[in-house]
Amino acid sequence: MSVVFQRTNGLTQKSTHYCPGCTHGIIHRLVGEVLEELGVLGEAIGIAPVGCSVLAYDYFNCDMQEAAHGRAPAVATGVKRVYKDKTVFTYQGDGDLASIGAAEIVHAAHRGEKITTIFVNNAIYGMTGGQMAPTTLIGQKATTAPFGRDQAHSGMPLKVSEMLATIDGAVFVERVSVNTPANIRKAKKAIKKAFEVQIEGKGFGIVEVLSTCPTNWGLSPIEALKWLEENMMPYYPLGNFRTPEEVK
Amino acid sequence: MMKQEIICAGFGGQGVMSMGQLLTYAGMLEEKHVSWLPSYGPEMRGGTANCSVIVSETPIGSPIVTEGTSAIVMNLPSLIKYEKHLAKDGLLLINSSLIDQKTSREDVKVYYIPANEIANELGNGKAANMVMLGAFLEITKVVSIDSILAAFKKVFGPSKEKHIPMNKEALEKGAAAVRG
Amino acid sequence: MAKILMKGNEAIAAAAIKGGCKYFFGYPITPQNELPEYMARELHKTGGCFVQAESEVAAINMVYGAAGAGARVMTSSSSPGIALKQEGISYIAGAELPCVIVNISRGGPGLGGIQPAQSDYFQNTRGGGNGDYRLLVYAPATLQEAVDLTMEAFDAADFYRNPVVISADGMIGQMMEPIEFKEAPKRELLPKDWATIGTKGQREPNIINSLALDPAELEKHNIHLKEKYDLMEKNEVRYELYNMENAELVIVAYGTTSRIVKNAIAAMKEEGIHVGLIRPITLWPFPMKAFDAIPETTKALLSVEMSMGQMIDDVKIANEGKLPVHFYGRSGGMIPTPDGIVESVKKVLGGEK
Repeated sequence: MSVVFQRTNGLTQKSTHYCPGCTHGIIHRLVGEVLEELGVLGEAIGIAPVGCSVLAYDYFNCDMQEAAHGRAPAVATGVKRVYKDKTVFTYQGDGDLASIGAAEIVHAAHRGEKITTIFVNNAIYGMTGGQMAPTTLIGQKATTAPFGRDQAHSGMPLKVSEMLATIDGAVFVERVSVNTPANIRKAKKAIKKAFEVQIEGKGFGIVEVLSTCPTNWGLSPIEALKWLEENMMPYYPLGNFRTPEEVK
Repeated sequence: MMKQEIICAGFGGQGVMSMGQLLTYAGMLEEKHVSWLPSYGPEMRGGTANCSVIVSETPIGSPIVTEGTSAIVMNLPSLIKYEKHLAKDGLLLINSSLIDQKTSREDVKVYYIPANEIANELGNGKAANMVMLGAFLEITKVVSIDSILAAFKKVFGPSKEKHIPMNKEALEKGAAAVRG
Repeated sequence: MAKILMKGNEAIAAAAIKGGCKYFFGYPITPQNELPEYMARELHKTGGCFVQAESEVAAINMVYGAAGAGARVMTSSSSPGIALKQEGISYIAGAELPCVIVNISRGGPGLGGIQPAQSDYFQNTRGGGNGDYRLLVYAPATLQEAVDLTMEAFDAADFYRNPVVISADGMIGQMMEPIEFKEAPKRELLPKDWATIGTKGQREPNIINSLALDPAELEKHNIHLKEKYDLMEKNEVRYELYNMENAELVIVAYGTTSRIVKNAIAAMKEEGIHVGLIRPITLWPFPMKAFDAIPETTKALLSVEMSMGQMIDDVKIANEGKLPVHFYGRSGGMIPTPDGIVESVKKVLGGEK
C-alpha cells in the first residue's frame, strides 16, 4: 500500500491549541514541510513569538527559542550571528511583528539579517481576546475599537510587506494567503523561496500570510475564509514585492 | 613620600588630555602608582577639557583631585576655574601666550610660560602642551623626559614615532624656560 | 604580562574578550561608548562579532538569542539604557541563559545626567524586570579589579546559567589606570547541551523558554532558581575589610566611593579617629557575613554612596538592628569628597558619644 498522506516530520506529535478553523495549523505545517524538504530541519532554530503562536516552540520539530513580545527578529539575529550556517526563522503574528516589534523587524531587514520570517496577519490580536492590531481594517470591530477602526483615530492599517519591500536588506518579500488549496500551494512555494534565500546567504526574507481568526472575528470558519477574501485581500493584495533577482 | 596630584586644563585641541596621559604612562613606566581621570560629556566638544593625574609612590585611593599639588592651565577659563583647586604652596603653570591675566592666588608658586610662542619657534604650535609639560617636569622631576618619550610611543602608537624628536625639543625648551 | 595603561571602558572590553566573550550587542550611550567601540574594532578578530542594535531592547534580546545558542555574549550600557534592558534581563534569567551585562552608571532618574552615580543599586540588585530572579552583581573599585571580575564573570555566568552584572560608574569607565591581564580562575563547567544549535535529527528539540503556563510547573521552576540563588549566596559573596581594628565607626561603601572613603579614613587616622570600611565587591549577594567582623569598639555604621541612599537598605538588613545606621551621599553626578565624609563621620561620632 502506498502512502498518499502523512504527517510532516517538521512538526512534533503534539496537538496544537489553536481554535477550530484557525489557519495557524496550515501555516505551521507548510513551514514544517519546507524545513523537511530543504533538508535543514536538523540545522534549524526557530524563534516563537508572543501571541497565539506563543507555544509554537512545542510544535516545530527543531530547536526553538521563545522570545519576548516582538523581539523575535532580535533573538534570531543573536542566534544567526553565532551560527551563520544554520537556518534561523521567526514565526510572528501581526501584533507581535507590526506593533510592539516594529523596530526589531525593520532593523533585522535593514541589516539584511539572513533569517526567514513567517508573518501571520489576521488583522487582530488573537490570544489576548480580539483587540485592535495595526493591521485591523477600517471599520473592522475589535474589543478596543468597539465602533470599528476609525482612520482619524487610529490611522490606516499598516501594510508591512509594502513597507519592508522599501528596505534594501529585505531581498524576498511576498504576501500570500491560505484561504484556498490553490493559495496554500502558492504560500508553500513562497515560504520555500524565503528559506532558500536565507540558505543561499542572500539576505532577509519574509512571507506575510493572510490568515483568519474565526473566534475573534465572530465568524464561522467558512465565513471567515470568505471575509478574508472579500475584505483583507483588496487592502492587502497578494503577490511578490521583492525577489533576489531585483536585488543587485 | 612623593604624591603629585596634577590638574591639566585647557580647551579641546590643546592636547590637554594627551599631556595628562603621557605623564600617567611615564609614571607607570617608572613603576609609580598612577591614575588619569578626564572630564567627559558635551563640554568636551570644543569647550574646556581637563584631566586629573595622580603620580604617587603609594597606592592611590580616589582618582579625583580636589586640591591639586599642581595645575597646568592652557587658557583663561581654565585658570579661573582651577586656580582655586590648588593646594597652598602648590605649583601653578600658566600658558602666558593665551592668558594675559595674573593669578589671584598669592599662596602658590607661579610660572608664566609663553608656551605657544615657544612652540611656534619650533615650527609646531601644537606642541605648546609639550612645552608646558617640559616646564612642569623641570620643576617637579615627577618623571624623567626619557620616560615621557617612551610613553609617547605607547600613547600615540608607532605611526607617530617620527614626531618624537620635535616633541623632545619642545619638552627641553619648556624646561629651559623655567630654569635658572 | 607587563602592566598597560587603559581607559576603564576599554579595559573591561579587553578583559571580556580574554574571558572568552565572542559576541557583543549594544546601543550607544554615554559614558560607556568606548566599550562597544573597542568591541567593534577587536571582536571580529576572535571569529565572533559585534552588532550595533537598533535599541537597548533589541540588544538584550540579541544577547538572549546568542546565549541560547550557547555563545559567550555581552552587552553594555548606562543607567537609562539598562532600564530598557530589564525586560530581556528578566527573560534571560527566567530561561537560565548565561551572559554578562555591564552598567557604567550615571545620574538619574529619567534621562538624568552623564556624570558618575551609584543610583542604580536598586536596579542592579533588585532588578527592574518582573519575577523572582537574582543577578550576580560585581562592583569593582579599581580598573584592575574591573578587569579581573570581567574575566571571571563569563565563567560565573556559565556556571550558574545566569546573567552577571558588572556594576561600575562613569568614573571607572572613563578613567585610566595601569592594569595587568592575569590568568582568571577557571570553574568546572558542564557542556552546554541545552543550547539551540540544531537537533541534527539526533535528539529531541532543545527549547529556550521562560514561559510556563501551569502554575505548579512555574513554581517548581522558581524553587529551582531559588536553590541556585542560595548557592550563589553561599559561594559567591566577596568583600574587602579595611582598617577594621578598633574602629569607632565602620563605613560601608563600594566602587568609586570606597576609594574616596579610603582617603577620608587616612585623613582621620592622622587625627586619631579610627574608622573601618566594609567594601562589598558583590552587591548581590550582599556580604552579610562581613558585618560579623565589626569590632566591639564600633558605635555606628555609615553607608556612603553616590545616591540618595539605596545600599543603606542592605546595610540595615545586614546590621540586624544592632548599631545605629547613618547615611552620607551625593547624587546626580556629584561626587563625595573626603572632607564631606570626614565631616559626616565626626557628626555621627559626636552624636553617638
